[in-house]
Amino acid sequence: MASNSSARRRFLKSTFAIAGLAATKQSATGQAPRAAPKDLRTYGERSRFESAGRKGSLGLWPPAAGPIRDYGIRTPLQNSVGMLTPASLHFVLSHGYDPPDIDPHEHRLLIHGMVDRPLIFTLEDLQRLPSVSRLHFLECHGNSATSGPTGALRIAPTATVQETHGLTSCSEWSGVLLSVLLREAGVQKGASWLVAEGSDRIKHTKSIPLNKAMEDVLVAYGQNGEPLRPEQGYPLRLVVPGWQGISNVKWLRRIKVVDEPYMAMMESTRYPSVRPDGKSRWFESEMGPKSVITRPSGGQKLPGPGFYEITGLAWSGGGAIRRVEVSSDGGRTWKDARLQGPVASKAHTRFGLDWNWDGSEVVLQSRCTDEKGVVQPTIAEVAKIWGVKMDYFQMTSTIDIGNFNAIQPWKITRDGGVHNALL
Amino acid sequence: MILGASAAVSAQTPSYKNVGRSPSKQEISAWDLAIGPSGKELPPGSGTAKTGAGIYASKCVSCHGANLEGTATGPHLVGGQGTMSTLQPVRTIGSYWPFATTIWDYINRAMPHGRGGSLSADEVYALTAFLLFRNGIISETDVMDAKSLPKVQMPNRNGFVPARLEDISNMEKRGCRGGHCP
Repeated sequence: MASNSSARRRFLKSTFAIAGLAATKQSATGQAPRAAPKDLRTYGERSRFESAGRKGSLGLWPPAAGPIRDYGIRTPLQNSVGMLTPASLHFVLSHGYDPPDIDPHEHRLLIHGMVDRPLIFTLEDLQRLPSVSRLHFLECHGNSATSGPTGALRIAPTATVQETHGLTSCSEWSGVLLSVLLREAGVQKGASWLVAEGSDRIKHTKSIPLNKAMEDVLVAYGQNGEPLRPEQGYPLRLVVPGWQGISNVKWLRRIKVVDEPYMAMMESTRYPSVRPDGKSRWFESEMGPKSVITRPSGGQKLPGPGFYEITGLAWSGGGAIRRVEVSSDGGRTWKDARLQGPVASKAHTRFGLDWNWDGSEVVLQSRCTDEKGVVQPTIAEVAKIWGVKMDYFQMTSTIDIGNFNAIQPWKITRDGGVHNALL
Repeated sequence: MILGASAAVSAQTPSYKNVGRSPSKQEISAWDLAIGPSGKELPPGSGTAKTGAGIYASKCVSCHGANLEGTATGPHLVGGQGTMSTLQPVRTIGSYWPFATTIWDYINRAMPHGRGGSLSADEVYALTAFLLFRNGIISETDVMDAKSLPKVQMPNRNGFVPARLEDISNMEKRGCRGGHCP
């Protein structure tokens, strides 16, 4: 199951190194400052033998830059172990914009609107308040979509799990519960929503119902034991557990308590999904139960018959994962997989099942059940829920397929190759 | 009523001493950008499609095109009527956007690209009027201001479920389950 991109990466790395050297030599003074070797005792790096990396949704590596931007930068789930995603590999989707460069000492969070006491917090203020750390996944609502500009790559037999499911990641998020801040401000009677706003180029804005805000939303400054990364909202972001990525406003600077959803551009014109009858669904906020086998997965190769652990990730916006089943016969029979702890609510959960491959052609798939008893659907069941025919999923047009959580089958051929078998 | 209100407030007395501070009115108004469907935060000012056409030609045309047809760097701003129930739905202000206030809000916060916040309120009203006019929603001489803009009826306003904004947050009542809504 060797990564076939490592050679290319190594090549690119050395190409960049040479280009960098050439630029240094051409500096006007001829006295190019020699960069001090990185002191890895101060801040570490992974082994030079490791090369797993994020990849653009258009299949480009490195992801495309410039006027045509790669919309989603995907997590290499095929290389994942355990349930956490390193911050350096967390998926990135910022609607094509670079992260703002924010000095944390200058950053402020304003809470106002229908409150008794409008408040401004510095980062230091927030860090004085009682903190919590919670394990939660973040997933883009378009993750696994079979349509749109990346649909063809997603449904191709050659697709890797990075291409099919790479817009989900899981972290330990540290910060203050939004309910604590809202109680300090004193929410007024009649308030029912809040508007959260970031400090990026388009000042991304999202309306969130007040009851969700009071339930479990975090104003986070930490990710996996250190400050947020810039592309993850440094120095402050919302984490809205279990809800579409768009709700988790990065570079958070303002929360206004209001009495109606504000219908900002993204939420009212880009993210509603269109039904076949032309009507659109408002705010399908919660992500459904979903799982995927990450090993063996698309593009990998089994060296030969013998023992393998089938392992993958399961998650649900509805709460904790209660059960994961794995089928190795195309869905006729299912076996319960082991859940590897910790099993947290609205977090990736690692599962595993012992398996002996006899060398014949097989189809592997996983399905999960969350604490509400909702079972991950097959693609035929998703089609039934949406009132569409199966060919709908192959229309690589502008149709937006959101919250797509169908069971993912991987076909293993006799040569050990693993192939995407969704359609 | 008065008793109930005061009880609700006292239940929310601040618990953490000297953490955070009260912003001034100016600080709040400087950041109070978001405009909801009711339009209550819309600032004074006004504009018509006629003035908007000139501003568009100087500040928007390079990305959105002379005929609002879009370019590689900016989306199209007209068209798409009648496509929503086809397999190629085209979402534009005229075919899709349910609230005219969203146009004002987005131009004001994000346009021109990379220079969001640089337009005056009059310019934003004029550009909003221009886009509404070019999508066949208002006439060239209609004046857009804080009063008239929220009243503009968008063609696709009834193209969403649930129909009433107050029903959106009740996911159970909507019949949403397992990440899918009807």
